[in-house]
Amino acid sequence: MFGIIGYGGYVPRLRLVRRAAAEANAWYAPQFVNAAKGTRAFANWDEDSITMAVAAARDCLGAADDRSRIASVLLASGTLPFAERLNAGVVCEALTLRDDVQAADVTGSQRAGVSALAQAVAQVRSGGGDVLVLASDNRKTRAASSQELDFGDGAAALQIGRDKVLAEYLGAGTVTVDFVDHFRAAGEDIDYAWEERWVRDEGITKLVPRAVRAALAEAKVEAAQIDHFIFPTTFQKMDQQLAKACGVRAEAVTDSLASRVGDTGLPHALLLLAHVLERAQPGQHILLAQFGSGAQAMVFRVTDEIRNFRPAKGVSEWIRRGVEETAYTRFLSFKGQLDLERGMRGEQERKTALSTAYRHRSAILGLVAGRCEVTGSVHFPPSRISYDQGKPLQDTQKPYKLAERRGTVLSWSAEFLSFHRSPPHRYGQVDFDGGGRVLMEFTDTGEGEIDAGSAVEMTFRIKDIDDRRGYTRYFWKATPVRAAATEKGSE
Amino acid sequence: MAAGIKDKVAILGMGCSKFGERWDASPEDLMVEAYNEAMADAGIAPEQLDAAWFSTHMDDVGTGRGGTPMGIALRLPNIGVTRVENFCAGGSEAIRAAVYAVAAGACDVAIALGVEKLKDTGYGGLPVATVGTYIPQWYPNAVAPANFAQLASAYRSKHGVDAALLKRAIAHVSVKSHANGAKNPKAHFQKAVSEETVLKAPIIAEPLGLFDCAGVSDGAAAVIVTRPDIARSLGKRELVTFKALQIVTSNGWELQSNEWDGSYVHTARIAARRAYAEAGITRPREQISMTEVHDCFSITELVTMEDLGLSDVGGGVKDVLDGMFDADGKIPCQIDGGLKCFGHPIGASGIRMLYEMYLQLQGRAGPRQLSNPSVGLTHNLGGQPSQNVCSVSIVGLEGA
Repeated sequence: MFGIIGYGGYVPRLRLVRRAAAEANAWYAPQFVNAAKGTRAFANWDEDSITMAVAAARDCLGAADDRSRIASVLLASGTLPFAERLNAGVVCEALTLRDDVQAADVTGSQRAGVSALAQAVAQVRSGGGDVLVLASDNRKTRAASSQELDFGDGAAALQIGRDKVLAEYLGAGTVTVDFVDHFRAAGEDIDYAWEERWVRDEGITKLVPRAVRAALAEAKVEAAQIDHFIFPTTFQKMDQQLAKACGVRAEAVTDSLASRVGDTGLPHALLLLAHVLERAQPGQHILLAQFGSGAQAMVFRVTDEIRNFRPAKGVSEWIRRGVEETAYTRFLSFKGQLDLERGMRGEQERKTALSTAYRHRSAILGLVAGRCEVTGSVHFPPSRISYDQGKPLQDTQKPYKLAERRGTVLSWSAEFLSFHRSPPHRYGQVDFDGGGRVLMEFTDTGEGEIDAGSAVEMTFRIKDIDDRRGYTRYFWKATPVRAAATEKGSE
Repeated sequence: MAAGIKDKVAILGMGCSKFGERWDASPEDLMVEAYNEAMADAGIAPEQLDAAWFSTHMDDVGTGRGGTPMGIALRLPNIGVTRVENFCAGGSEAIRAAVYAVAAGACDVAIALGVEKLKDTGYGGLPVATVGTYIPQWYPNAVAPANFAQLASAYRSKHGVDAALLKRAIAHVSVKSHANGAKNPKAHFQKAVSEETVLKAPIIAEPLGLFDCAGVSDGAAAVIVTRPDIARSLGKRELVTFKALQIVTSNGWELQSNEWDGSYVHTARIAARRAYAEAGITRPREQISMTEVHDCFSITELVTMEDLGLSDVGGGVKDVLDGMFDADGKIPCQIDGGLKCFGHPIGASGIRMLYEMYLQLQGRAGPRQLSNPSVGLTHNLGGQPSQNVCSVSIVGLEGA
């Protein structure tokens, strides 16, 4: 047996209140005002498809120090920050995976997430090690468009393997045709879409059932046996129509998360799958399908093992953590669509020394400190000679990972002087459980959430953007440890 | 411990430019202003200078690098000019080099001069500095106010001080310095402010408001040093001599280990201890007449009083509010207005602090003159509380 052995997701904390966006644009596009309901997730300024993929992967993999089982990483995204430089390679460094890991970026179609999953299944079936499938998107839309309101940002992660399978792979179906419902030319930021009725009637309605039928046939599962039907779409009731056309029961159609998260695009089928797996019962059948350059569908059967796995936080928890944002200009600014005054401090040179970045990649991307084998003291960044007062030992430090450890704030401030994309700029000294201290930035933090003694955890984020050269630099930031909603007894 | 520097070197003359937004002056003009006063005060000719140390922090704005900017601006007679840079403690570093050179017998007369032309950078506040290729890849793009403001959050946590009370205490620090600066014609800010004004000012870095931050100023200061016997042979009387010059540099312990609690400046405590030992001071609260400390931010001055042993640890808030460091208090601090009001041209600040001590000890401080001071302490801090260079210098009348 092989299939899904772990799952996780990530939804950024910020939620644009759709009505606030519609009202800001009402002078121009009044048609959205009464229709705009609920919220959509959007990435913080320091998040992109790489950081969200890392967050989803960590949600899936948990806090375990040993990630040597992962033999392969597939990162699917239509919004990769680098056109050339292996984006999945950055993710692998952040996850401190072995450096003999296979890693590839998968892109080019809305169904790339499902395609990556199919590829992972094929790899595991042929005897390879565990594959980590990641899908992440941070899409840009035009202001005052329906996409701006419909879309959302997020990421999903699935670990595929043979050990402790919690959703067995049963079969897949694929239709690859050059049906262009929308496209984005190389170098462009924003999609160009064709008429909705044509996409729906000639595209989705005809192509998706073919993939679904093929998947069900290979899986030897009747459509009526499907308990969870996943089909991401921004067209109203399209998922239900499709289910009906395929013979799937109406109650099997899963919540698309449109009202809270929005359509995250390429990762959405996998995000919904991760969400479904949180509540799926042993013996249930899951069918997921995604449209794009044809269509692809996959069928899984949930096993008893589902009871033994929990993601670190899980999609539901990420959803619950959302904070509503009514400042539409913040959304535009974070999406790079509003050029706010930066002041002189915003002119700072942000060039990255690539040789230095490479030499210290483990410390910078992996947040790996050095722990003295003699005294046990933890050094960040790692150093040849230890800081221990009066006994500076040399070459006694061994790699010591900090990313999954919690910290406590020793000191902090929030300043309005330096250029920051989301002022105030907050940073302070963080002491890690088990040793180690780093002066670091805080992110996803509201006023009053950080004080001396506050508990924080690590999140992988954009450190700096070198606008002049188009280079994004990453590091870790501290974010408040928030009690899980289950502890508060909600939902 | 080494024999130390006590009474081995005397001040022959000092000079200080007017500090402030000196739109009228280039760095060269400021250097000449401080140099002229120092040379006139010393009563010597340029040919009598044997060596020079030049303190400036910003590389590419103002003066340029190396020792040549000073050599050329002052047309020095082809003596060695060494540029020193140790953040905001650069001025004290230049003094130390000049004093040590004289004490070593390598030269008879040496000059230390510091200058900074911050207002030509175009920034309000200090410009952004570059710190190599590695540190910016992980370290926050931090600014000085927030680095120092962290002293406040850690201090509150360590001593259980109410946020409003600490805010009021640090406001008093600034109110006091403004009152002092109002009596100083060379100070950048010469206007008294009320506590209410300080408390209501916009926040720069929580909890520091605008009036909790030192001035960003242009200025230069210079000191000429020699051996006491040479000073006497040049007709000088009532010599001001160096009692102690200590500089302590962080080794990374504060920022990396989990032991430092962030509520004080570790290097300052070590520097103070060593300086007192070098100067033979055993009861600083009784023996120190006055101080000029590195009040880059009001919270820095408050914790510095504890680091110097002038307040008990945790007792700074009470002492400050009781007026212990006011001009009419037991140990006046920043009689000239301090960094807060005299201003903070980075490379010049350590020398400016010495300038006030020198004037006070010689009874030449005009309307702000204290009665009969005999020993003064300067504290000059470069970097940030968690990673810095700290100097503590003690000067006094010869024999004091």
